[in-house]
Amino acid sequence: MAVPGARARGWAAAAKAAQRRPRVEDAGAPPSPELASRRAALYVHWPYCEKRCSYCNFNKYIPRGVQEAAMRNCLVTEAQTLLQLSGVRRVESVFFGGGTPSLASPHTVAAVLEAVARTAHLPADSEVTLEANPTSASGSRLAAFGAAGVNRLSIGLQSLDDSELQLLGRTHSANDALRTLAEARRLFPGRVSVDLMLGLPAQRVGPWIGQLQELLHHCDDHLSLYQLSLERGTTLFTQVRQGALPAPDPELAAEMYQKGRAVLREAGFRQYEVSNFARNGALSTHNWTYWQCGQYLGVGPGAHGRFMLQGTGSHTREARIQTLEPDNWMKEVMLSGHGTRKRVPLGKLELLEEVLAMGLRTDVGITHQHWQQFEPQLTLNDVFGASEEVKLLLEQGLLLLDDRGLRCSWEGLAVLDSLLLTLLPRLQEAWQQGTPSPVPGG
Amino acid sequence: MWTLAGRGWWLGRALAPWVTGAANMALPGPRPAPTGRAPAEFRASDRLSSSAGLKEKLDMSIFPVENIRNFSIIAHVDHGKSTLADRLLELTGTIDKTKNNKQVLDKLQVERERGITVKAQTASLFYSCEGKQYLLNLIDTPGHVDFSYEVSRSLSACQGVLLVVDANEGIQAQTVANFFLAFEAQLSVIPVINKIDLKNADPERVEKQIEKVFDIPSGECIKISAKLGTNVESVLQAVIERIPPPKVHRKNPLRALVFDSTFDQYRGVIANVALFDGVVSKGDKIISAYTQKTYEVNEVGILNPNEHSTHKLYAGQVGYLIAGMKDVTEAQIGDTLYLHKQPVEPLPGFKSAKPMVFAGMYPVDQSEYNNLKSAIEKLTLNDSSVTVHRDSSLALGAGWRLGFLGLLHMEVFNQRLEQEYNASVILTTPTVPYKAVLSSAKLIKEYRDKEITIINPAQFPDKSKVSEYLEPVVLGTIITPDEFTGKIMMLCQARRAVQKNMIFIDQNRVMLKYLFPLNEIVVDFYDSLKSLSSGYASFDYEDAGYQTAELVKMDILLNGNIVEELVTIVHKDKAHFVGKAICERLKDSLPRQLFEIAIQAAIGSKIIARETVKAYRKNVLAKCYGGDITRKMKLLKRQAEGKKKLRKIGNVEVPKDAFIKVLKTQSDK
Repeated sequence: MAVPGARARGWAAAAKAAQRRPRVEDAGAPPSPELASRRAALYVHWPYCEKRCSYCNFNKYIPRGVQEAAMRNCLVTEAQTLLQLSGVRRVESVFFGGGTPSLASPHTVAAVLEAVARTAHLPADSEVTLEANPTSASGSRLAAFGAAGVNRLSIGLQSLDDSELQLLGRTHSANDALRTLAEARRLFPGRVSVDLMLGLPAQRVGPWIGQLQELLHHCDDHLSLYQLSLERGTTLFTQVRQGALPAPDPELAAEMYQKGRAVLREAGFRQYEVSNFARNGALSTHNWTYWQCGQYLGVGPGAHGRFMLQGTGSHTREARIQTLEPDNWMKEVMLSGHGTRKRVPLGKLELLEEVLAMGLRTDVGITHQHWQQFEPQLTLNDVFGASEEVKLLLEQGLLLLDDRGLRCSWEGLAVLDSLLLTLLPRLQEAWQQGTPSPVPGG
Repeated sequence: MWTLAGRGWWLGRALAPWVTGAANMALPGPRPAPTGRAPAEFRASDRLSSSAGLKEKLDMSIFPVENIRNFSIIAHVDHGKSTLADRLLELTGTIDKTKNNKQVLDKLQVERERGITVKAQTASLFYSCEGKQYLLNLIDTPGHVDFSYEVSRSLSACQGVLLVVDANEGIQAQTVANFFLAFEAQLSVIPVINKIDLKNADPERVEKQIEKVFDIPSGECIKISAKLGTNVESVLQAVIERIPPPKVHRKNPLRALVFDSTFDQYRGVIANVALFDGVVSKGDKIISAYTQKTYEVNEVGILNPNEHSTHKLYAGQVGYLIAGMKDVTEAQIGDTLYLHKQPVEPLPGFKSAKPMVFAGMYPVDQSEYNNLKSAIEKLTLNDSSVTVHRDSSLALGAGWRLGFLGLLHMEVFNQRLEQEYNASVILTTPTVPYKAVLSSAKLIKEYRDKEITIINPAQFPDKSKVSEYLEPVVLGTIITPDEFTGKIMMLCQARRAVQKNMIFIDQNRVMLKYLFPLNEIVVDFYDSLKSLSSGYASFDYEDAGYQTAELVKMDILLNGNIVEELVTIVHKDKAHFVGKAICERLKDSLPRQLFEIAIQAAIGSKIIARETVKAYRKNVLAKCYGGDITRKMKLLKRQAEGKKKLRKIGNVEVPKDAFIKVLKTQSDK
C-alpha cells in the first residue's frame, strides 16, 4: 500500500470535475443501488485549533507543534481499518470537521480521500466537505483543498459584527469572513455553506436580522443558523456565571430564530432541518445521513460513528467513540489499526428512538417508507395513532401524522425537544407491547 | 464514708439519662458511652477528692426541709444561664473545675450551637455554709417560651429563681417573659447581672431597667461575671438567704410532681420528680394521677447532674425515679405520682402538651421513609410534646403531620433529626391550629363537638356551616432600641397585630406589647424583626388564647385545576398578599411547557392573584450531528424518564420540587 493507487489519484480529478455539476436530486431519495448496510458516510476529525473559541467545548487541542505526518498516517490507517470492519462498500460523503481542519495540509486531506477510495467505492460525485475557518483559508489554500478532492466548504463565519466575533474569541473579522466567502464561492460555486450564530449575550433582534439580511447578499446556497448554547467549561459560560456578561435571553433567541427562519423562507431557502437552510437543492448529504440514521464512520480523535461490523459478520449497529486525546489516539491507531475507545451495541428500540428523534429534525420528518426500513411490523400509526397525548400535539398543530408520515409543523420544529418527551415514551410503550422479546439486530 | 463538705464531692458522672443509645452514637465529641454507666468516663471527667462515696448510697434523710433550696436560672438567650450553672456546679464540687466545663447542662449539639437549652437538666448541689449542710437543687429550665409549659412546671418545683440579665444587652424580651412566669408562680426572684467583665458592660443601667420593669429595688441585683467566676459565691449565699425552703411535709402521703421525663432504651422512662409531700423509696408501688397506672419503683436517686441512686427521696427533694414506665407519655410533664392506696389531690396546673405549630414532614426520597420513621419515633420517645399524625401528599408522598409547641421547637426537632439521625427531610410551611364554631347540626353530630380544631387546611369547613372561625393569638413582647420603634410598629401592623402597651425601660430602650395572630409570626416574623433592627430587637411571646377571625380557604389553580397540596387557610385581609406570593413562587419553579400556564389564587370562585408561565417558543437542540446524537438521546431519555415522575394537574406537568419550593419554610438556615 506504499504507492497510492492510480485509481485514487484519478479520483480527486474526477471529483474536481463532478463538483461543478449542479445538484438537483432530493436528498431524501435513496441515492444508490447499494444496500443501505453497505453504504456509509465518513467523518474525519482534525482535533487542532489555533486558539480556543470562547463558546466551544468540542474535542480540540491547541498544540505547540503538530506532527502532521504522523497524524495523517493515523487518519489514513484508521479510515482503512474502520471501512474494513464495517464492510462498507460505498462511501457517499466525507466530512472533515474539527477542530479546525482547514489548518491541516491539503496533502493530508488528499491522503485520507485516496485511502478511502482505495478501500471502498468513493463515487466521483460524493460530497466532500471541509470546515474552514476564515483566517486559515486563503484563496490559494482553498484551491489546494479543492485539488485534494474537497468539493464543498462550510465556513465558520458566525457573525458579521466584529465585537461579537471578539466576544466569541474568533480570530477573524467580518471582512475576513466575507473575503473568504467570496473566494470560496468562486472556487466551489453552489457548494459553500456559512454558519451564523444567534442568541449571543446582549445580542438584539433587530441588528441580528440586519446581519442575516447582509449575509444574504453574500452567501451561497446553504446557511446554518445556530443558537448559542452555553457549555460548561467554556470561557463564555464562566463569564456569564460570574456576571461579567449578561446571560443570553432565551426569549430573544426564540424571536431571532423565528424571524430568521421567515427571512430565509422569503429568500427562497428551504429549512430542511432545525438549523439548516438550503436553496437550489444544495442540502448537505453528509449531515442528512445523520438525521436519516444512515451508517456513518467516525475517524480521528473523539470521532463518533454508528455502523454494523459486517466485516466481522455482525449485524448489530454499534455506537462507537474514538479515543479523545490525539496522542493517545495515535498510539492506539499505530498499535491496533484504530483508536476505538468505546463500543455500545444499539438495540432495535434504541435505533428506532434515534430514527424518531433525528428524523423529526428534518422538514420531511419520518416518511412511512423510511420508518418501514427500520421497523417493518409496527407502523407509525400503530405507535402514535391512538395516543391521547400525541393527539393533543396534533390538535395543537405542532405535529402532523398523515399519509406521508410523521413530521413537525413549522411551530412544532422549534419545540421539538418538548415533543420528543411525549413521543419517545410512547414509542417505548408501543415497542414493549408490540414485541415482547426484542432481539437486537435480528 | 463521705462527709458533707462545701466542695469536693464526687458522685461520678454517668450516662446522661435522656440520651438514648442511637442518638448518642451520632453525637460528636466526648460523650458518655451509649449504654449503662461508663467507668472510663468516670475517670476521665471526675478526679476530685475521695471516691469513697461512690459505692455508698446517699442517705437523703440527713437533709431537713429547712436546709433545702429549690431554684431555677432563667435568662434570655446568651445571657449566660448555662455558664452560671457551670460555675455553681464547680463551686459546689459537683463537677471538676476544668476548662472543659462549658454549658455542662446543655448536652445536645443543637443546644450548644444555638446557645439555648431545649431539655431541662437538674443538678443537686451540696453546699456548706455557716456550719450547715445545704442541698441546693438547681432545676434548669428550657430557655424558650415555646417550652413555657415545661418552664412553668419546672418552676412549680422551685421556690425561687435567678433572673440572669446581660450587663451589656440589658433586659430582653425573653427576660420579661421568664420573669412573669416566675412572678405568677410567686417565686422569689434574685436578679443577677452577668458579664460585668465585658468592655461595654453597664450594670447600673441594667439595674435601673430591672427596677423599672420588674419593680425590684436596684440594691438587690448581684453583679457577677460567670465566665470569670467573679462574685458567683454570693449568688449561692443569696440562694440560701433569699429563697425560702419548700413548704412540704415528710409525714404526709407521697405527692410527687413529674417535671421532666427522659427515655433510656435499657432502663425505660426516667422521670424527674420533685417531692411535695412524703417519701419515696425503691419497691414502693406508685400511681400516675393522669394515667391511673400503677408502677413499682425500681430506683430512686438524685441528679448530680447525672443519676446517682439513693435509698430514698424525701419531701422537698428533687431527683429521679425509674418505675418500669415504657414510654414518656406515661410520665407526662405536670403529672402527679402518689402511693398505691394513698391517693392525694393532684398538683394543680397539669396540661397535656398543646402543639401550636403544625407542619408536614416528608422524606426527601420516599425510599428513606422507614429510616425517617424510626428517627422520628426515637426522638419523640424523649419529647412527648411533639404530636405525630400520619399524612400523605400527592406531591410529597407518605409523611407525617407533626405538631410542635412553637417554631423554635420545630426547628430544633428538625435540626436534631438532621444532626443526630442524619435524616434529610422536607418540612412544609407551618400552620397554626385554627378553630371553627360549627353551626351545621349535621357537622356537630359528625364531630361530636360544636367547636373543632383544624390542623390541616384540607379539613377546613365551609363558611355556610360555621358560625365563626377562631385563630390562636399570642401576646408578643418586643424590646428594642428606640430608633427602630417606628419600623417595628409598621411591621407589627402589617402582621395584623394590636398594640397593647409601650414603655421606655430606660432612656433609649422601648418595650412593646402586641397581640399577634399566631400565624402571622410563625414563618418569618422573627427574621424580619431582626433584619429591620440590625439584630438589636428581641422578641418573645406567650399564649393568649383565641380570637375570632375572618378566615378563608384559598385555592391555588393551575389552568383552572385546584392544586390540593397548596390549599391554604388565610385571613381575608391577607389573602391577596399571600396568594400573590404563592403564585410568584410557583411561577419561578414551574418549567415552561408547550402551552401557557395560568397560576391563580382563588377564594371560592373569585380569582385574587394570577401569574403566567409563558409557553415554550423554542426548545430544540441547535446542533445535532454525529457526536451530539449519543449525548442528546441520553438527555432526552433522562428527561422523558423524569417526566413520568411529574405530577399532572390537568394538563400541566409539575415537578415535585416545584411544590417543595412553595411549601418549604422560607427561612433557610
